Amino acid sequence: MTEIAFLLNGETVRAGGAPTRSLLDYLREQRGLTGTKEGCNEGDCGACTVIVTDPEGGLRALNACILFLPQLQGRAVRTVEGLAEGGALHPVQQAMVEHHGSQCGFCTPGFVMAMAAAHAQGRTDHDDQLAGNLCRCTGYAPIIRAAEAAEGTALPAWIESDREKLATLTTAQVAGDAARSADAASGPAGGRAPYEPEAGRGSDATLTEAPGFIPESADELAAWYLDHPEATLIAGATDVGLWVTKGLRALPETAFLNRCEDLKRIETKDGRIRFGAGVTMTRVMETLAAPYPSYAEMVRRYGSVQVRNAATIGGSLANGSPIGDNAPALIALGATIHLRRGDDRRELPLEAFFIDYGKQDRQPGEFVEAVSLPETRESFRVYKISKRFDQDISAVCAAFDVSVENGVVTAIRTGFGGMAATPKRARAFEAALTGKPWNIESVETALPALADDFTPLTDMRASAQYRLESAQGLARRYFAEVSGQRTSVLEVRA
Amino acid sequence: MSVGKPLPHDSAVLHVTGQARYIDDIPAPAHALHLAFGLSRIARGRIVSMNLDRVRAAPGVAMVLTAENLDRPADCSPSAHDEPLLSDGAVHYLGQQLFLVAADSHLAARKAARLADIEYAEEEPILTVEQALAANSRFEDGPRIWSKGDAEAAIANAPRKLRGRIEMGGQEHFYLEGMAAMAQPQEDGVTIHSSTQHPTEIQHKVADALGLPMSAVKVECRRMGGGFGGKESQGNALAVACAIVAHKTGRACRMRYDRDDDMTITGKRHDFRVDYEVGYDESGRVLGVDFTHYTRCGWSLDLSLPVADRAMLHADNAYLLDAVRITSHRLKTNHQSATAFRGFGGPQGVLGIERVMDEVAHELGLDPVEVRQRNYYRAASELNEAPQHHDDPAPALPTDGDTDLASRGAQTQLPAGEAAPEKGRNTTPYGMEVTDFILHEMTERLLETSDYKARRKAIAQWNAENPILKRGIAFSPVKFGISFTLTHLNQAGALVHVYQDGSIHLNHGGTEMGQGLFRKVAQVAASRFGVSPERVRITATDTHKVPNTSATAASSGSDLNGMAAKAACDTIRTRIAEFLAGLHQCSASEVRFADDQVHVGGESLSFEQAVKLAYEARVSLSATGFYKTPDLKWDRIKGQGRPFFYFAHGAAVTEVAIDTLTGENRILRTDILHDAGHSLNPGLDRGQIEGGYVQGAGWLTTEELVWDEKGALRTHAPSTYKIPACSDRPDLFHVDLWDAPNPAQTIYRSKAVGEPPFMLGISAFLALSHAASSCGPAYPNLDAPATAERVLAAVRRAKG
Repeated sequence: MTEIAFLLNGETVRAGGAPTRSLLDYLREQRGLTGTKEGCNEGDCGACTVIVTDPEGGLRALNACILFLPQLQGRAVRTVEGLAEGGALHPVQQAMVEHHGSQCGFCTPGFVMAMAAAHAQGRTDHDDQLAGNLCRCTGYAPIIRAAEAAEGTALPAWIESDREKLATLTTAQVAGDAARSADAASGPAGGRAPYEPEAGRGSDATLTEAPGFIPESADELAAWYLDHPEATLIAGATDVGLWVTKGLRALPETAFLNRCEDLKRIETKDGRIRFGAGVTMTRVMETLAAPYPSYAEMVRRYGSVQVRNAATIGGSLANGSPIGDNAPALIALGATIHLRRGDDRRELPLEAFFIDYGKQDRQPGEFVEAVSLPETRESFRVYKISKRFDQDISAVCAAFDVSVENGVVTAIRTGFGGMAATPKRARAFEAALTGKPWNIESVETALPALADDFTPLTDMRASAQYRLESAQGLARRYFAEVSGQRTSVLEVRA
Repeated sequence: MSVGKPLPHDSAVLHVTGQARYIDDIPAPAHALHLAFGLSRIARGRIVSMNLDRVRAAPGVAMVLTAENLDRPADCSPSAHDEPLLSDGAVHYLGQQLFLVAADSHLAARKAARLADIEYAEEEPILTVEQALAANSRFEDGPRIWSKGDAEAAIANAPRKLRGRIEMGGQEHFYLEGMAAMAQPQEDGVTIHSSTQHPTEIQHKVADALGLPMSAVKVECRRMGGGFGGKESQGNALAVACAIVAHKTGRACRMRYDRDDDMTITGKRHDFRVDYEVGYDESGRVLGVDFTHYTRCGWSLDLSLPVADRAMLHADNAYLLDAVRITSHRLKTNHQSATAFRGFGGPQGVLGIERVMDEVAHELGLDPVEVRQRNYYRAASELNEAPQHHDDPAPALPTDGDTDLASRGAQTQLPAGEAAPEKGRNTTPYGMEVTDFILHEMTERLLETSDYKARRKAIAQWNAENPILKRGIAFSPVKFGISFTLTHLNQAGALVHVYQDGSIHLNHGGTEMGQGLFRKVAQVAASRFGVSPERVRITATDTHKVPNTSATAASSGSDLNGMAAKAACDTIRTRIAEFLAGLHQCSASEVRFADDQVHVGGESLSFEQAVKLAYEARVSLSATGFYKTPDLKWDRIKGQGRPFFYFAHGAAVTEVAIDTLTGENRILRTDILHDAGHSLNPGLDRGQIEGGYVQGAGWLTTEELVWDEKGALRTHAPSTYKIPACSDRPDLFHVDLWDAPNPAQTIYRSKAVGEPPFMLGISAFLALSHAASSCGPAYPNLDAPATAERVLAAVRRAKG
């Protein structure tokens, strides 16, 4: 790839090589920073959590295993080795020691980093902040005690100093000096002695991959993509990352979109919210918390903090997964997808974008630029069913928006995921309910129609029968909830 | 004295700073090779042809090996020599290792391993219990059957009867650190770094594969990133592979499984089907019970016999059964070879009888706690006789060849001890007198502190008011037998050096996998010398320091190694005391070691001074220590004897909520009272209890292993296999220690705590069943794991 520059534990480093090299492999194999662990290599366990600070100063926890080096251009990375300062443990480290927060210790660096990120942001919703970190030993109780004990303690000085240094990491430096091979030239990172890269532990992918393209704007991307329609566009890499770490695929051409600030805009006008494709799910969740609490809750559950911080709304839709949770929700909301090819733009109702399994209505060289949705729909709800509440892919995702006037259903939009090869509306169910009085009898009468809409599959997440049964259960839940009944098992307290 | 203090884990600071080294963090020497296995894509059949040209030609590949290329047959089994490192042409499961790639990077090896062109003659795999029974595909000649009394007659004559079945899934260990090993060739042998609970087993298998004596193989393990039983035998393949290639090439070799490979290749907890037939009376007293266990052991024997034995040994759990028969089928199927996992069959046996208690209570309309209490063993406090402890010198061990001796899967060559059932009225189904039963008292206290009765009433009320959401509450006890059931494994060694500056080097045969064993044993050593624990240097487990170790397993780590370390420390302490007593003309017994000082003849020396004097007087300051558990006698064929030194107890009350529209469910509150004896370290013990509970609840709720009809494991990564996350732990989580001394003579009268709390997770499962049963009159017959899907099915059944 084009050589990039970023801060690693406060030191400027430059890196070249294969654009699909993960930060995790780079840290462990190239830098000898082995505190960051590989637990799953797919973003599900959090053992590789690092803190990344953006040029604007925002700080977030990310999974290093599915973070490609080009995504770090002009950013600052902190690893567990760079957390303690001047021999003093970070408050979360100290609390973890005092509260027996580590047993085998392998997940611990990742936990500590996620806790430090939450601590820096003053977050006290620890269950959610740590939902992306798996621990098999402790049962989490002592870790939560540690997180609580560290609340409100002083912030480490490196947060400020990283921000200052980032500001001075000039465009010229970011652009890099291709003549210099940087790894050898840069100093130690994280307080260890300079590390001699171990012979051969590195990636062998360099030969088959072109340098990654890092556009600075959507215009630049649009122009380049016209000429490179076969390229893989990478925003958060929470999905593409697995093509590389698990599929072992070489990606001949890549573009990394996270410097396109214009793709990260959130605009509200004419009664609609428009998310640029590069808006992270963290920001989607924040934006939708007030108008669509069930949507925000769904986002909270489907991806951990680390995943939400990386994943983008555009990436989620562009990859066309039948089990992604955004699409059913957005379909029920009547969302519009905005596509761009060169300077040509078009828009589609989202449900029309998904043609078939793995097939979307997207032309070569065309990319998702934005998605827009109504500013508010009080009658909207979305639910997800998964084996585990947090950080799990849905067996079924169901969204409903029923308009009722004078006790009669005047309009209904639904969106279902996990029920078919693409996310889609339950048209037969919608038809069976439209024009009927809004009561449980009508709902029950309409429910069998879901079996006409969908012939779901049996897989490792659920049986076909359960998918249908729970989809019907979610329709009943929708009715019960909008009728004021207690329906959320997550809200029950002992 | 440092024993009894809640000191942090010995590596806590290293953990939180990322400085604690695991196998893959150890820098390898230059030119190290990285290994990966090529795996079978079918579950059963034969390899017709295997073309590895593309593998050999892949970038970075240095060597590719098949079974034919090995100088000696290499085996990885801990028991029956039935696990060739690389397939001999037969394929027994999807994920079996067929060939081995050595390349100059981990990634290059992984990529190359996928390039093989293999043609198979595929056969129909044996996957289900029914298929295995139909094909009589099993280990051992037939089912193992143990009995006490006449179960058939007792059931036939009982006023009430029921029969039923519970299915319970297996469980992936999901240690956060995947399997890993590294081999460094030496001039006359090999040094292995392995993430293993059983360094001696690794040493044995590597020596066997290389044709070297065990003395030429050194195995070291400083720590594991989790084990849970998964690293008792399953690390053998990586270590043996690294050793072979290192031996062939003279280059260091390292290997780690990618997570998906790890889950695809390695064994998991045994799944069980338990059929039960019960005769009982109106009070809920079980008069006779007949259990049939069916367990899918996978393709090779591994540790399945002792696992299935332990399930039988815990089929009584806490209940005095007068008439019981247990039949155990150990089925051979085309899956990963099921292996050790925390509890080692115990949880499956316990869940069987807990299900029986639950269903009996449901049929009688009684509170299940009362039914349990009525069936309990008699309390230790009610028994007159003192616990019996016999002296039973260990018989000599056979010495031939490369027989596995140090594994729990060992085929013992000892004559079976004559183990007649004990005569008392408080005996287990296997004839062992229960003399230390304390669950009556523990249950009373827990019911009170958890406010069980009032909450149960309030929950019934709440359920009546809420049509969609339901709550449930349940109590479950555990009585767990402590000792390896292969008696000769109940031994341990330690090596202690005191240096002339007063620093202490401690080594023992136990391994550290997060449980805090090293800290506990160091606390013992510090207490023996009367010094602060910082003075004790904890060192990596090393087969060159302490030989012939048993696996760190069966919860035995601190019991065995604590005693061995105590013996070593006491030897040195006695030498110092005798020397100082001589100087001061007093008796050695008057020399006291306390507060980092040695008190003798009215004087106090610092520990350093005392050591320095002893050194100058040419007193040996190094000693080994040895321990063997007394009083064990066990005949596993007859199912008779005293396999356990003592029992550890625990009890839990869990409250849950379910959604009857979808089956989604949550744990709301858990109260635990656990018996760790006089705890060596209450902080670490609490960690074992909380962690064990959550892991046990995970086994029975979200953790579901799914194989497809081809025998492919479909849940081979954390994206599809869901261990509990942070928010899955109980919102309210109260843990207390019973904290009474162990009547058995254990180290500082503590009790083993590794496995027993795992079974407290059963209370969560029973609470889900309770919640489902509030939906209708019928028994919900909940199976495990109780995913939302299974809970919804149970709700449907309850409605009738």
